[in-house]
Amino acid sequence: MMPIGDVGPEIALILASVAGLMLSAFVRHQRQWMAILPAATGITIATILCVRQLGATPTLSFSGTWALDGLTIWGRLLILGSTALVLPLIPRWLSSDRRHGEFYSLLLLSAAGTMLLAGAADLLEVAIAILLSSITGYCIAAYHRDWSISVEAGMKYFLIGGFANTLLMIGITLLYGMLGTTSYASIARMLAGGGAPSPLLILGIGLTIVGVIFKMGAAPMHMWMPDVAEGAPAPAAAFLMVVPKIGGAIALARLVVLFPVDVVDLRPSIAGLAVVTMTLGNLGALWQGDVRRLLGWSSVSQSGYAMMAIVVIGITPKALPALLMFLTGYAVGTLAAFAVVTYLRGRTNIEDYAGLAKTKPWASLVLIIALLSLVGIPPFAGFVGKLTLFIAVVDGGYGWLAVIAIVNTVASLFYYLRIVRTVCFEPSKGHVDVLDSVSGVSTALAGLAVLALGLLAQLLLGPFSHITMVARG
Amino acid sequence: MLTLAILIPLIGAVILAFAPPANRQATRLAALATALLPLIVLIVVWMGFDTSPDAPAFQAVEDFAWIPTLGVGWRVGVDGISLVIATMSALVFAASIAWPIELDDRSRQYYAWLLFLESVSLAVFLVLDLLLFYVFFDLSLVGMFFLISRWGHGEAQSAALKFFLYTFVGSLAILLAIIALVLAGDGPLTFDMRVLITRHPYGAGGWAAGLTLFGFLFGFAIKTPLFPLHTWLPPAHVNAPAPASAILAGVLLKMGTYGLIRIPMSMMPETFARYAPILGAFAVASILWGAFVALGQADMKRRIAYTSINHMGYAVLGIAAAGSLFFGSEGARQLALTGAVVEMVAHGLITGSLFLMTGIFWRRAKTYQLDAYGGIAGVAPKLTALFILAAFASLGLPGLAGFVAEFQVFAGTFAVYPWFAGLGLIGILITAALFLTMVQRVFFGELPADRRLFSDLTPSEYAIVGVLLTLVVVVGVYPRWLLAPIHAAAAAITAGPLG
Repeated sequence: MMPIGDVGPEIALILASVAGLMLSAFVRHQRQWMAILPAATGITIATILCVRQLGATPTLSFSGTWALDGLTIWGRLLILGSTALVLPLIPRWLSSDRRHGEFYSLLLLSAAGTMLLAGAADLLEVAIAILLSSITGYCIAAYHRDWSISVEAGMKYFLIGGFANTLLMIGITLLYGMLGTTSYASIARMLAGGGAPSPLLILGIGLTIVGVIFKMGAAPMHMWMPDVAEGAPAPAAAFLMVVPKIGGAIALARLVVLFPVDVVDLRPSIAGLAVVTMTLGNLGALWQGDVRRLLGWSSVSQSGYAMMAIVVIGITPKALPALLMFLTGYAVGTLAAFAVVTYLRGRTNIEDYAGLAKTKPWASLVLIIALLSLVGIPPFAGFVGKLTLFIAVVDGGYGWLAVIAIVNTVASLFYYLRIVRTVCFEPSKGHVDVLDSVSGVSTALAGLAVLALGLLAQLLLGPFSHITMVARG
Repeated sequence: MLTLAILIPLIGAVILAFAPPANRQATRLAALATALLPLIVLIVVWMGFDTSPDAPAFQAVEDFAWIPTLGVGWRVGVDGISLVIATMSALVFAASIAWPIELDDRSRQYYAWLLFLESVSLAVFLVLDLLLFYVFFDLSLVGMFFLISRWGHGEAQSAALKFFLYTFVGSLAILLAIIALVLAGDGPLTFDMRVLITRHPYGAGGWAAGLTLFGFLFGFAIKTPLFPLHTWLPPAHVNAPAPASAILAGVLLKMGTYGLIRIPMSMMPETFARYAPILGAFAVASILWGAFVALGQADMKRRIAYTSINHMGYAVLGIAAAGSLFFGSEGARQLALTGAVVEMVAHGLITGSLFLMTGIFWRRAKTYQLDAYGGIAGVAPKLTALFILAAFASLGLPGLAGFVAEFQVFAGTFAVYPWFAGLGLIGILITAALFLTMVQRVFFGELPADRRLFSDLTPSEYAIVGVLLTLVVVVGVYPRWLLAPIHAAAAAITAGPLG
């Protein structure tokens, strides 16, 4: 008897996606927006199913291929919440697109793939999840088929993704060849004896990690982020900056604890990648004159911070809550920023934001809150995320990593404040067009979440602190 | 009770920011009324403050859980030191808000930011939770950043950015040090200052304790500011509007020295004592550097800004002497700490009023150059009298607040680090020279033709500066009421880990 209920949330999303597809095949162009209804229903049902799973004993399900633990469930809730915040941005943005309705289905499939990735406890399932979420991701990135920049973004995403996926498949093949199994539980048993690993095994691990890192948008597989942020339809960009990263980070965390330290210690190399990622991201954003590209680069650097928590996972019990809290803060902050961009009809040149505080005070407020939260200024959600992150890293004995992260935070302040300065202090350039009130609602909600999740962080940190992980079976 | 002192200005700020436009005068009065309430709250707490030897160290305590998982809570309370500094801060805020200033159409935002800044600044002194301390320390930067860059003049935006970046680097160093400190000790994770003060997380210390201390010293030295980390201060002062300058000097700089006393000195005394001579050396360097560079300035605001570096140097010298467990008697160290705290209060009142008065020069003549003035005594006798009084107080004339402070700092330091005290005295000499030449060049001599219409203080300006300077005289003549609470707190801190 298969425990179908364990993947209920994913099934709900897939059914909703099919329903949306059917609907959009039959309704006229003007009514295509109705496909948002099955999407919203699917997300709601999936969320309810996830919440009902909370508190269950962590287990491996589906013959050990699927980890049903707190990490999976909270990761899925985070993915669902982020997707829900993206939904209201879409209808007006894509209203002139003839294939508007299908977008929701692709979005849901991508979210389902990422949720699968968060729970994957088997290398093959990792591969399937990454492929599902990536292929749909390429499509929504290039959804403006007549706009060369969007197509270019999708193309670049696809090329880097294809490369990363190939490396992942080679890595998994090598691991399977060396170990004779793909399931995490069996791998953990095989490696429990310790001893020097073969070079092929190390190569396999390395390639697998690179494949997963692509989903996080971390170095060396980060180049797609700024392009997607700039070129993809703004709602798709919001989704792709946030959601794949959540799944990728959780999958990477599972891989890091999977391999015993005496066989191969991944932590120093992940720490190195974290440093490279946050620094590259910040350097890329530093002189960026395009707000969406800037947010894309900032997302790269934020991946670097998230990897800090992964470095100390398994060393300190504070690491898992820190990872989830940081991802939450990052998700709401980035979504709020992109929601404002979308609400302002995707205006992207930083000079077009001049004097926005006068013409659109509320949108400016949300944008400023979001940026300050991404820097880590209290009392916003991003601050609590970074705080728990630093506590975990220092507690795990990687104090130097915290110092580098702090230096990077200061550097990041420079470009975030540049936007704030333009918005607040430069003379306005006249009338500002906005998208519609529905996207305004999403913007307000995201801004509110940035503030509320900071002030009421205990609501999340309390449950987070009890989370366990069953990656080793 | 103390929560109210933080909450009232914050609520006022929010209401002002979103209220419908009202006329400028009404806005100012509403803001002033809001700003007076925390002052009243603090005075009431002061009246009820118990200074007897066996009274609890922290009084008027309130404690609510906020993020129990991390050991963070809304904890407020005062000891004698934070009480007097917070009260002084509330007074400087009320004076700065009352200060008449020419504003464009955005006066509501200006007063909203001032009230916001008041709320978070008072919170820095009143909270008893390390994380909240950091949070409010950071938020005070945000408030000041907007005040300088939006309502400053000249190179306001680059000065504000410099101020923000400098102090943000410092505050992040403090954050790392705080994290290291709370993780260091045994027992459950907590950010409660009272627990950490009794816990002494690092015990006798080690290299980790040294690094943590370095983080604190670095961060607080930027804020205080201490030579050679002071370079953000002069541009920030020169380009800020006068009330913001008064708050920057009167309140924000105190966060550095207050932090030094409250955190490293109280929570890791052995480590602090080991490095206290180095801190003392930097303090002496600040005293001398601030004084000599101030002497060379032709811009009056810049000159006063550099004397701030000099005066905060006295305070840090007193703190370094008080924290050095290995030299000097307990009595001497206690004297030095009391002096340092009085210096903070005196500097807040004196320099606050000096900066407000430079605002008068800017408003009337749009320049701070000393050479642009002369003979002002003839046209503005009230301004002359108050400015000279403040200048004398600042150079440490007996009978005024500055003297009470500096006397105790130096008397205490002589017993601990005689060489530092001797060198520091040179600073006092230079300060006297630089204030006297400034007074001479601005107020006496020949009145330039274009200054004939320079008008004297308006009644409200006169009243505001008058209140601040009256207190300076009162502290100078009868300091007992101020010294009692400070003394009680200083005794508890300098008794050290064995006490």
